[in-house]
Formats: sequence, C-alpha cells, structure tokens
Amino acid sequence: MSARILVQREDFDVSTEIAALTKDNSSIGAVAAFTGLVRGDDDLVALTLEHYPGMTEREIAAHVEDAGGRWALHGVTIIHRVGRLRVGEQIVLVAVAAAHRGEAFAACEFLMDYLKTRAPFWKQEERADGAHWVEARASDDAAAERWR
Amino acid sequence: MTLLYFAWVRQKIGRGEEQMALPGGVSTLGELAAHLATLGNGYAEVFSDAKRLRAAVNQVHTQWDATVRESDEIAFFPPVTGG
Repeated sequence: MSARILVQREDFDVSTEIAALTKDNSSIGAVAAFTGLVRGDDDLVALTLEHYPGMTEREIAAHVEDAGGRWALHGVTIIHRVGRLRVGEQIVLVAVAAAHRGEAFAACEFLMDYLKTRAPFWKQEERADGAHWVEARASDDAAAERWR
Repeated sequence: MTLLYFAWVRQKIGRGEEQMALPGGVSTLGELAAHLATLGNGYAEVFSDAKRLRAAVNQVHTQWDATVRESDEIAFFPPVTGG
C-alpha cells in the first residue's frame, strides 16, 4: 500500500493526485476521493488552520496504516492544508485506491472521521467581527466511535 | 521539558513554546497541569478546567495520569478541529 501524506499551505489538484495514485497499477478498480472545502456559513470570510508539526504527520500516518490493516488497499493520499483559507477553497483531500469500491469508500470515510477527531489541527473562523476558535463537535466524535 | 501550546491555549498563555524544568513533586500530566495553573495570568485560566484541554506527550495523545519526564515534549491544546 502506497501512502502519500502532506501537510502544506499550497493548494492541490485532485485529478493530478488521483493520476499519481493509480499510475502503473492495473489491479486498482476503485478510487474514492473526498475533498473538504471551506463552507461559507453565517458570513464567514476565511478559516485559519494551525497544526502541531511532527505530530500531525505521525498521527495521519498511523491512521493510514490502521486503514491498511482493516481493508485491502493499494494506496492512500492525504493532503491537508494549513494557513488562511478563504470560503470555497479546498482544505483537505483523502483519496483511497483499492481493487473494489467497498474498501475504497469505507477507508475514505474512516480516514476522514479520524482526521476530524484525532489529527492535531485547529481552526479559527474569521468574520467581520473578528476571529473565533472553532469548537470540536460531539457529532464528529460519535462518527469516529462507530469504527471501533 | 519542552512545553508546547496551540490555538487558544497559546493565545491565553501568550507563547507557543517554553522550556521548563520538571517541578519537584510533579510526576504525571495531571500534576503538571495543576502546577501550571498556579503560575497565574493566562496559565490559571487555561489550566483551571482540564476537561476543556487535551495533551500529547512526545507527539502521542495521552491521558492525564500519564507519567512525565524531564526529557519529554509535552503539548497542551483544545480538542482538535481539523479535516
């Protein structure tokens, strides 16, 4: 199973990443790709994301390995952006390549649920009245619990 | 020890990183948090309610009863909000 894990400021291109994930592997029959975007609720202007360098990559890698142990996967690409991101911009990509769609869909959802609950990123919302830290949601923890 | 602070923990304390000798009588993460609360100002506000915080020792999520050592990297932060 290949694993490409990046934490970066720069934007990514989903087509390019999927092409790289599936290159030269004719055993891949399914690619499930999730992209998270900055949603413009309640006059949001931008999100600013910070992370814990070192722990971030380590946590994501551990969960990618966990996914590889639960499902037969050919490859995983996770790219998570940090810095100031405006409404509509891409935040995160989780792309999973497998022989069949069951594994690809399941692993993609599993990895997104864990990114929401364990990966050390923190978001700050910027509106006209200033910046406020986003609070973690119980629904995200509940989503992650179902994989236990 | 290296202490790291993130998000509003960093903002309230006023710094993102500091070096600190392991205080006498402190051997767990919980005891360290209680000690930090006595430093006043932002520390008192941040560490007054451990339920609002999470911690990692050497980059691994850890519980409050975990042992802490002089050579550890210890981070305190709010529940994560990535993805």
